[in-house]
Amino acid sequence: MKFGVLQFPGSCDEVDALLAARRVGEAELIWHGERDLRGADAIVVPGGFSYGDYLRAGAIARFAPAMEAVIEFAESGGLVLGICNGFQVLCEARLLPGALLPNANLRFTFRQVELEVARPDTSFTSACARAAGTADETPVRLSIPAKHSWGRYHAEERTLDELEERGQVLLRYAPGQNFNGSLRDIAGVCNARGNVFGLMPHPEHAVDALTGSTDGLRIFESMRLTVEGAHV
Amino acid sequence: MSERPATADAPAGTEGEAEPPPTLADALTLGLTGAEYELICAKQGGPPNQVELAMYSLLWSEHCAYKHSKKLLRTLPTEGPHVVMGPGENAGAVDVGGGLVCAFKVESHNHPSAVEPFQGAATGVGGILRDIFAIGARPIAVLDSLRFGEPSGTRSRYLLDGAVAGIGHYGNSIGVPTVGGEVYFEAPYEQNCLVNAMALGLCPRERLVRSAAAGVGNLLVLFGASTGRDGIGGASVLASAELGDDEDKRPTVQVGDPFEEKKLLECSLELLQRGLVVALQDLGAAGLTSSAAEMASKGGVGIDIDVAKVPLREPDLEPFEVMVSESQERMLCVVTPRDLEQVLDLCEKWEVGGAAIGTVTETGRLHVYDGERLVGDMPVSALVDDCPLYDLAPAKPSEPIYPPPAATLAMDATPLQALLALLASPNIASRRPLFEQYDAIVQSRTVRRPEQADAAVLALPDSSALAVSIDCNGRRVAADPYRGTIEAALECAANLACVGAEPLGTTNNLNFGNPEKPHIAWQLTEAVRGLGEACRALEAPIVGGNVSLYNEGAAGPIYPTPVVGMVGRLPDAARAGRLGFAREGNAIALVGWDPQRGAPSLAASELAKLRGEPLPDGLPPFDVQRVIATQEAVRAAVRVGELSSAHDIAEGGLAVALAECCLANGLGARVELDALTRAPSADALGDDTPAGADRPNPSLPLPILFAEYPGRFLLSGPRAALEALAPQTSVEIVGVVTGAALEIALAGETLVATLAELAEAHRALAALFP
Repeated sequence: MKFGVLQFPGSCDEVDALLAARRVGEAELIWHGERDLRGADAIVVPGGFSYGDYLRAGAIARFAPAMEAVIEFAESGGLVLGICNGFQVLCEARLLPGALLPNANLRFTFRQVELEVARPDTSFTSACARAAGTADETPVRLSIPAKHSWGRYHAEERTLDELEERGQVLLRYAPGQNFNGSLRDIAGVCNARGNVFGLMPHPEHAVDALTGSTDGLRIFESMRLTVEGAHV
Repeated sequence: MSERPATADAPAGTEGEAEPPPTLADALTLGLTGAEYELICAKQGGPPNQVELAMYSLLWSEHCAYKHSKKLLRTLPTEGPHVVMGPGENAGAVDVGGGLVCAFKVESHNHPSAVEPFQGAATGVGGILRDIFAIGARPIAVLDSLRFGEPSGTRSRYLLDGAVAGIGHYGNSIGVPTVGGEVYFEAPYEQNCLVNAMALGLCPRERLVRSAAAGVGNLLVLFGASTGRDGIGGASVLASAELGDDEDKRPTVQVGDPFEEKKLLECSLELLQRGLVVALQDLGAAGLTSSAAEMASKGGVGIDIDVAKVPLREPDLEPFEVMVSESQERMLCVVTPRDLEQVLDLCEKWEVGGAAIGTVTETGRLHVYDGERLVGDMPVSALVDDCPLYDLAPAKPSEPIYPPPAATLAMDATPLQALLALLASPNIASRRPLFEQYDAIVQSRTVRRPEQADAAVLALPDSSALAVSIDCNGRRVAADPYRGTIEAALECAANLACVGAEPLGTTNNLNFGNPEKPHIAWQLTEAVRGLGEACRALEAPIVGGNVSLYNEGAAGPIYPTPVVGMVGRLPDAARAGRLGFAREGNAIALVGWDPQRGAPSLAASELAKLRGEPLPDGLPPFDVQRVIATQEAVRAAVRVGELSSAHDIAEGGLAVALAECCLANGLGARVELDALTRAPSADALGDDTPAGADRPNPSLPLPILFAEYPGRFLLSGPRAALEALAPQTSVEIVGVVTGAALEIALAGETLVATLAELAEAHRALAALFP
């Protein structure tokens, strides 16, 4: 199982994502100017400020040569995870519905947030499910840090209804945790096919108890299970 | 195309139909004195031309030449077993084991921030980061030390909002975590805010690079952003004189571009990793002038620069403008001609501009060419070494310099009212609304985030960790520059001890008023004396730093603010201490309390400020060795790993420290302090209490609760683990972690504050950031 982590000149969290991915498989960086995804089984579009994001977060990165390859990869069913700026890029590239707007408080905000796993049965969340036979039916919670200026998830009402009907909302901010004003507390959504997932919080920053929590590792672990399951 | 002024066409000594060269009057306008101008004429063998005068005026400015502080700085300890690189390079460095060194430095951007806070603070962060990667280290953390007037004032709010947003804008965008810092709000900073930024970096020891130019025939490559008119005169105009009406100085403030710096950072580190660079230097104050002269001076060589080869942001810059521009995000390196092509290729990969603009020569002179024409010719030694250094004329002021603060708390306030007022005081209230605007975790190294522990903790690859703290209580330094500065250094070391770290080295930023005034010279002299003594006692030598003088305006000087940044190391990152009570039923110990010392003094405390009391003339003395011994005991106990928490008692005293320990994890405490009211021995109350300080009065509970002095800690954990400290320091078990309130029994009364009340007060700054 090999992750490819895109690297734009203004990426900040690409090495963090690389190290997180290496906890569950192999991983290497893919330079933004390259079209070759180097045989990666899954792609991570990491956090940061791809090309400075002076225009609109992710608006330029979607045109990067590497992103052209990622779009093809996604269209052929490959797993693509977008974190923070990566989520913004995937929305700009129309691989995911909706858009990210400036936070309700109009400030960059860093906070450890509690998330509820709305769908523990997807390619990106299967490792979040409770053990079979557990009586507890409340949503599984993940403690993961978020840090961004543009994280307020927005889509038309009709789109939001569709996302919920089709089960594309995978993560929500737990009650009281939605600091950025995202509609319907949405923290992460996938595409209709279920192979492209974007979220604003940073699972790659929750992979080691020493630095906070290990809950984010389950996202990477889920991806590994999906890829290795497909290979069997 | 516009005509170039004749002075630029005419090298020194040439005749022609040129405009006359600049005069003494021009030199005075640029901030030089008449005597300095005379000396420059002597060094040049005649009056300098426009290019030369511009360059001299910057390199001989206070900001670049340290002419009022250099003699004092020479008294500071700079050597020690951990020091790998001391003052004089872009940043200092200490050995942290595992073949790694930690580079660190603090620098100020006060005057730019007072004129335009967002860009001033942003470029302050950009500048200190360049200092770190200029010596080959990858920046791993930023801390900031900020001072503003009271937040109720509109100017302070404007400066605070702008500075915090600017720091976040730059640090967040470049992927370096802001892991800590401090902020104080005091009236003397109302006009002249302070913005000091400290950065840390890591690199393998063998990859450290110096800035000395070497190898005659080697090439100078300028890379990064193009050069424009921004920041012209920043160093001399802004940083070397008192603040006046500064609206029209806004164009002298530089504009930062963190994306450009991110590329510059990665490009620089890759150049070093591939061994393509002989010497590296960032461009900061005084731009190309300073960096080229410094590189030549350190290497004992000459440099020829052709300004026509410098990539420009706008056409028609005069040669002197190219030489003094402070456009941000630029670096200068020396490379061999053989490697030039590879260097420029790497610049292209990272999409940063790169151009060979000069050569290393054996002349010992800095030659500035504009194409074929020589437009400036100066001895490097004259530029860098020959600026006169001035002796200070210190004199202790006979009258108080600072008016008393405005009273916001009645003298007859109850202990509970005082506690809540202190928790809500801008100097003590939770910094969460500020630090939430910074990314504290990028790079996956942050073991302790803000408000988790007294110092930030950053994991190292070998399972050990770095700890870092930055501190200075300017009000206490104003009361007693010597002892107040010792307290600032001890406070840093105390914060390190609370996470289990021992100091390795220190950086400092001396923020003071106009040193030509005797009372400011006295503050500066006393502070440096205290700093040197404290760093010697702590075995934490100064490896670099910065001086910012002339921080005053019409309303008077700032509080003297010698900001101290200290880096330490702890052997086991997993055992790094935390500040908050963590387990119901744990015992609580007050450590380091000196029963022989007498009742503590409220002088210069935060409570005294809230009551509007004037600053005392002097702080009570304390035993530095005793404080350090207590710190060592706490550090050792934290390292054993049996304690639940360790917190240093600082602003607001014991009661505030207790509240902070409770609030961290929402656990209450029941505490009994009557043991602290035991009558002290007579000589402990003796005559060394300075005039103006409160007379100790054991019958009053307020000093027990709220006095501030160094060397005390609050620890929690199993009782046996706490009592184990007793051989090394005083340990008084004062209470137990329990319930949902803080209860303090003292002198027959019990103060009860619910956690909800405490939290409400502690959230006071949130109102500033709706």
